[in-house]
Amino acid sequence: MKILEGREKQIYRHGEDSYDISCEKQSLAGSVSQRACVFCGSRVVLYPIADAVHLVHGPIGCAAYTWDIRGALSSGPELHRLSFSTDLRETDVIYGGEKKLYNSLIELIEKYEPKAAFVYSTCIIGVIGDDVTSVCKKVTKETGVEVIPVHSEGFKGTKKDGYTAACNAMFRLMGTGDTSKISDYSINILGDFNIAGETWIIKDYYKRMGIEVVSCVTGDGRIDEIRRAHGAKLNVVQCSGSVTKLAQMMEEKWGIPYIRVSYFGIEDMSEALYDVARHFENEEILNKTKELVSSEIQSIYPQLMEMKEDLQGKKAAIYTGGAFKAFSLIKALKHIGMKTVMAGSQTGNKEDYKLLKEVCDEGTIIVDDSNPIELASFMIEKDIDLFIGGVKERPIAFKLGVGFCDHNHERKIALAGFIGMLNFAKEVYTSVMSPVWNFVPRREKQLRESEGL
Amino acid sequence: MVVKDSKKTATKNACKLCTPLGACIALKGVKNAMPLLHGSQGCATYMRRYLIGHFKEPVDIASSNFTEHSTIFGGGQNLETGIKNVLKAYNPKLIGIATTCLTETIGEDVNLMLNNILKSSDFQEYPEIVSVSTASYSGTHIDGYYHAIREIVKTLAKADFAGDRINILNGLFSPADIRHIKEILDDFGIDYSLLPDYSETFDGASWETYNKIPEGGTELGDIKLMGVAGASIEFGKTFNYESAGSYLEDKMGIKNHRLHYPIGIKQTDVFFNVLEKISGLKTPQKYINERGRLVDSYVDGHKYVFGKKAIVFGEEDFVLGLVSFLTEIGIHPVLVASGGESGKLEQYVDVIKSKTGFNKDILVKQGLDFTEIEEYAKTLSPDLLIGNSKGYSFGKKIKVPLIRVGFPIHDRFGGQRILHIGYRGAQNLFDTIVNTIIEERQKSSDIGYSYM
Repeated sequence: MKILEGREKQIYRHGEDSYDISCEKQSLAGSVSQRACVFCGSRVVLYPIADAVHLVHGPIGCAAYTWDIRGALSSGPELHRLSFSTDLRETDVIYGGEKKLYNSLIELIEKYEPKAAFVYSTCIIGVIGDDVTSVCKKVTKETGVEVIPVHSEGFKGTKKDGYTAACNAMFRLMGTGDTSKISDYSINILGDFNIAGETWIIKDYYKRMGIEVVSCVTGDGRIDEIRRAHGAKLNVVQCSGSVTKLAQMMEEKWGIPYIRVSYFGIEDMSEALYDVARHFENEEILNKTKELVSSEIQSIYPQLMEMKEDLQGKKAAIYTGGAFKAFSLIKALKHIGMKTVMAGSQTGNKEDYKLLKEVCDEGTIIVDDSNPIELASFMIEKDIDLFIGGVKERPIAFKLGVGFCDHNHERKIALAGFIGMLNFAKEVYTSVMSPVWNFVPRREKQLRESEGL
Repeated sequence: MVVKDSKKTATKNACKLCTPLGACIALKGVKNAMPLLHGSQGCATYMRRYLIGHFKEPVDIASSNFTEHSTIFGGGQNLETGIKNVLKAYNPKLIGIATTCLTETIGEDVNLMLNNILKSSDFQEYPEIVSVSTASYSGTHIDGYYHAIREIVKTLAKADFAGDRINILNGLFSPADIRHIKEILDDFGIDYSLLPDYSETFDGASWETYNKIPEGGTELGDIKLMGVAGASIEFGKTFNYESAGSYLEDKMGIKNHRLHYPIGIKQTDVFFNVLEKISGLKTPQKYINERGRLVDSYVDGHKYVFGKKAIVFGEEDFVLGLVSFLTEIGIHPVLVASGGESGKLEQYVDVIKSKTGFNKDILVKQGLDFTEIEEYAKTLSPDLLIGNSKGYSFGKKIKVPLIRVGFPIHDRFGGQRILHIGYRGAQNLFDTIVNTIIEERQKSSDIGYSYM
C-alpha cells in the first residue's frame, strides 16, 4: 500500500519507528477520512439532551443524516430523537434564512414546549450572513425559552472544534439553576451519552456509593440539570476529547476540580469509582465502593473466564473517535485473552498517542486519522480476528471476513460498567467465534492450505 | 431555473435527503469510478454512513475537505489536491465531482477549476472527470441522482452512426432490481448500455484482498456507446430539467422512451412492450410465465388486499410506481406523499388512476415531511404504510404496520436485495403485502387460526 504523501508520520509502528506520531492535522483533501465535521462534533455532544429542541439551520442534508442516529436513551422526553431543519432553499440562500429560522423556532417551541432550543449553524450560514445570534435572542425574549446558537459551520475546523462549540453552548446554561440542596458528595458525569442506557448503569454505581449525581452531560440530559451543574463538587470526565474543555471552564469559573475516567473494562471502571471515592476522603464511601466493585466483579468474572478460554490469542484492531477509549479497550481485550495489534483514532492528540505507545506491545500499529484503504491493509497485514470501531469501519471488516464489534454511538448494547464488560465480551465472542468465517475467502484459503488441499 | 418558494417553517423528520447523496449513488454505479464531494469533510462522511447503513458495503466517497481558508479564498487548491490524492490512492478511471451547498453558495466554478487543473497538471494520464452541480438547497437526492446520470452521459457519450443498441437509464432501484433488468435484457438478447449499475458495487461478494474500488459498475466503453444507440429507455418522469435521455434525444437523435418505474403488471407491461417494439423481438417465454403466475397469485390473494388503505411515501417516481401497482390490486392509496417537489406528482397519479381504472380519491401531497404524513394518517386511518424505513417511527406511534420498500432500509436486513420491479418484483411485493395483512389478522385474533 502506498501511504499518501503527507500522511507518513501519522502511522507509527511501535518498536520500529522512532518519530513522534503526527496528529491534530486537517485531513488531507481526497483521502477519504473517517472523520466528520464541526457540525458533527457539536451534534453528537448535545444530541442526548432530551428536553431541548435541536434545530439544524441549513439545507436538509445535515438534519436528515443525523435523525435518530444515536442509541442515546432518555428516561422521559424524547425530543432529541426528532430531526428539525430550516430546510433552506434557493430563495433563502439568496435572501437570507433569518426569517425562516425565526418562524421555525416559534413553531417548534409552540408545538413541542421544550426547555430550551439549540440552533446549529451549518456550512452556508456564515457565508450567507445570517445573524443567528440575534434571531436566537429575539426568540428567547418573545417566548421565554432560552434559544442557544451553536456555531458549528462544518468547514470551520474539525470535529473537535464542534465539541468546543457544544461546550460553549452548555456553559451558557450553567450557573442559572438553584444549587442550594446539593450534597457535599456530589458530582457531574461529563462525557457519557447514555448509549443503550450506560449513564443509568454508572449513575446507579454512584448512588450505591452514596454520591449524588447533579447532572449528566449529556446522557439522558435535561436542561434544568445542566443549569445547576455548577453546584456539584467534582466533575468526572469521560470521553475526554469532547468535554474536557467544559470541565476546564467550570474549574476556572466555579473552582470545581475534575478527574478523567473511563467506564470501559474492569480496571478502568473500578478505578473510576475509586478515584471518585478517594476524592471525597470519606471512609464510608470508600467502603461502599470496595463492596460494590468486588460484588460486581464477582458476578461477571466466571463468565468472562469461560469466554477467555476460546478467545485466547485472538488478534484485535481498534479504531475509535477519541483515543482515550482505546486505552480501556486494550485492557479490556487483554482480560479476555486478546491481543491488540493495531490501535488508532480520528482525533487523538500527542499526549494520547504517547500513552497509547506505553500500553501497546511491540509491533503494534498506531495510526491517526486513518482511511479505509489503510485500515484494510492493516487488517490483512496483521491477520486480525476482530475490529472494534464504528459503522463506517464495519463494512471494511466484514468485506474482508473479519469479526466486528461496534463501539460507537449507534450501538444498542451497553458496554460501559461491569455489566458492560460482560456485554462487550459477549459481543466480541459472538463475532469472533462465529463459524461463518470458515466461508470467507481469506479463511477458506487458509483452511484449504492447512488441510493440504 | 425556476426559483421555488419554500415552506415557511421547519421541516420535521424529512422525507427526503440532500442532492449530492443521489449523485454519489449514481457515480458508484460506474466501473472504477470514485465520487469526490467538493465541500466540507462531514458531507462525505455522513453520506457514507447513511449508504453503508442501507447497502452494508464499503462506500468510499472522497472530499475536497474545505477549511475556513478555502471558503474565503476558493477551493481550487483543495480540489486539485483532492483529485491527485484520489488518483494516488484509488487509481480510478473516472472521478465524479459533485458540489455541495457550501461550494455552490460561495460560487465555485468547478468546470473552470478543472480546466486549470488539467492544463497545469504533471499527471501523465488523467481519468475521465465528470462534474455535477448538486446544491443541496435545490431539489432532493433523486434530483442529484438524475443530474449525475445526465452529466456522466454528457461527458462520455459520443455521437456517431446509429446502431441498434438500447440505452437503459435506471431509476433509483435496488441492486436486486438492476440485476433483474440486466437479466431481462440478456434473455431478450439485446445489446445494451445500462447506467448506473451499482448491482455489484453495492451488493458484492466477500473479498480476499481489499478492492479499493468494488468490482462492477457500467463500463466506460458502454457509456461512450450510448451515443450510438437506437433508442433509450429512461425510468422516471417527475422532473423539469434536461435528463440523460432527453439530452441523448436532442443532441444525438436517439429516441427516448420515458417510463414510470416498472412496478406492478401495468408498468412492467409497458416496459416489455417498449422492449419488444424497439428490438423487434418477442418477450421470452420465461417472463410470460412469470406474468401468468403473478396474475394467478393476484386472484388467489385478491380478497386479502381489496379495499385496504395505504399511505405511500418516498421519492416521487418510486411512489408513482407503487401507486400503479397498488391500484391494480385494489389497495387504496389514501395518501401519496413525497419530500420531493417536482410539481408533477399529482398529474401523474391522475394518469395512472385512469390507466388502472381506479376511481377513488387519492390525496397527493408533495413536499411533505414525516410529521405531516403522521398528521394526515390520523384522519385517513390507513391499514398499511408502504415506503422506506424512515416511516417506522410514526408507524409505531399510530400502530400501523410498515412494509419496507425502496431506499433507505436502515432497520431491517437485506434492503439491497428487495426486488420491486418486473413481474417478479410485483410478485415479491404482493406476497409481502398479503402476508403482512394475514399476519396482522392472525395477531389480532384470539382464536389462533392455523389456516389463513
